[in-house]
Amino acid sequence: MVSEMNQAEMDRRAAVAKILAARDGALVVTGLGSPSYDVHAAGDMDGNYYLWGAMGGAALTGLGLAQAQPDKRVMVITGDGEMLMAFGALATIAVAAPRNLDIIVLDNQHFGETGMQTSHTGHGIALHKIAEAVGFAETGELRSLAEVEDLVARLRKPAAGPRFFVLKIKAENLPRSLPPRDAVFIKNRLRAHLGLAPC
Amino acid sequence: MTVAEAISTGDRPRDLAQDWPLEVFDVLKAAGIRQMSYVPDAGHSTLIRLFNADPGMKANLLTTEEEGIAIATGAWLGGQRSVVLMQSSGVGNCINMLSLPVQTRTPLLMLVTMRGEWAEFNPWQMPMGQATEACLKAIGVTVLRAETGEDVVEVVAQAAGMAFDADQQIAVLIGQRLLGKKKW
Repeated sequence: MVSEMNQAEMDRRAAVAKILAARDGALVVTGLGSPSYDVHAAGDMDGNYYLWGAMGGAALTGLGLAQAQPDKRVMVITGDGEMLMAFGALATIAVAAPRNLDIIVLDNQHFGETGMQTSHTGHGIALHKIAEAVGFAETGELRSLAEVEDLVARLRKPAAGPRFFVLKIKAENLPRSLPPRDAVFIKNRLRAHLGLAPC
Repeated sequence: MTVAEAISTGDRPRDLAQDWPLEVFDVLKAAGIRQMSYVPDAGHSTLIRLFNADPGMKANLLTTEEEGIAIATGAWLGGQRSVVLMQSSGVGNCINMLSLPVQTRTPLLMLVTMRGEWAEFNPWQMPMGQATEACLKAIGVTVLRAETGEDVVEVVAQAAGMAFDADQQIAVLIGQRLLGKKKW
């Protein structure tokens, strides 16, 4: 498969800010690295659960949360590298078929945190097609902020099953906006937000 | 006839040497477990059938075991208790993902059926079987073992307490001697 240059120009922070401005109470789980910084840059909130490690765990943490909170919408915002490490998770989530789980992949076709090495999506693999093939209810690939506006409207509508959208974003390392690294604090903050005791 | 009725012992009292999965299911239910995730193993087959048949439970079929660790962490975030079922060979797949419940101090209960330790005829099962306990301890999971049916029931009951009341990450290893020799 031929490597292709990423021609995308979409600003990741602007895209994430648009989506989160319309979150309407959704719980948000972020994949490690830049997606965590993007979500934090849009405004730290008690309903955010940031991962700083456990690569490949974001979408499935979202699944467990969505199953435990069927009346809340859960949004996973992660990167192409993190999602690629959880390739099988797409099958697991499709079979589980939650109606309240949306996965947003910020795809810059690179491993941004480790020196911008090309990822599999940079070699031509289209993650949204994988999601479509395994049975996600709605899938898509977006290349502009105008399309993200449409996505925001679409995400407000009830879903028939899990949804999966790839945002082709510009490959760049923006100034980091660091969420708290205290994992127990972040856990208990989200639980308190849901009215749950720490332990 | 429901799955639970089909598997149940009817009027015959349960003999834990063989009926331990039925008792373990009741124990997990009583402990408030609402989600279960699994990569199948013969030793877990009865539990898997019981969970899948119970409308009050959400059972997730996994492609690889570490997925269950992340699901269990998410479940607790949302206020539900989860259990992960796997064979010892799957423990190796879980190691980095275990940093999630360990670092977030999230309750975790894993039930691991052992291979590679008793009457094992497949040499490929030996390396991971022998490394299972050491790997779990190395990443920070507390390991408990059960060697008889009665043991499994008692150990699982108190492991659930340690996990969910004391925020611990617990693996219960179910001995291969108890599970019996695989028939070919």
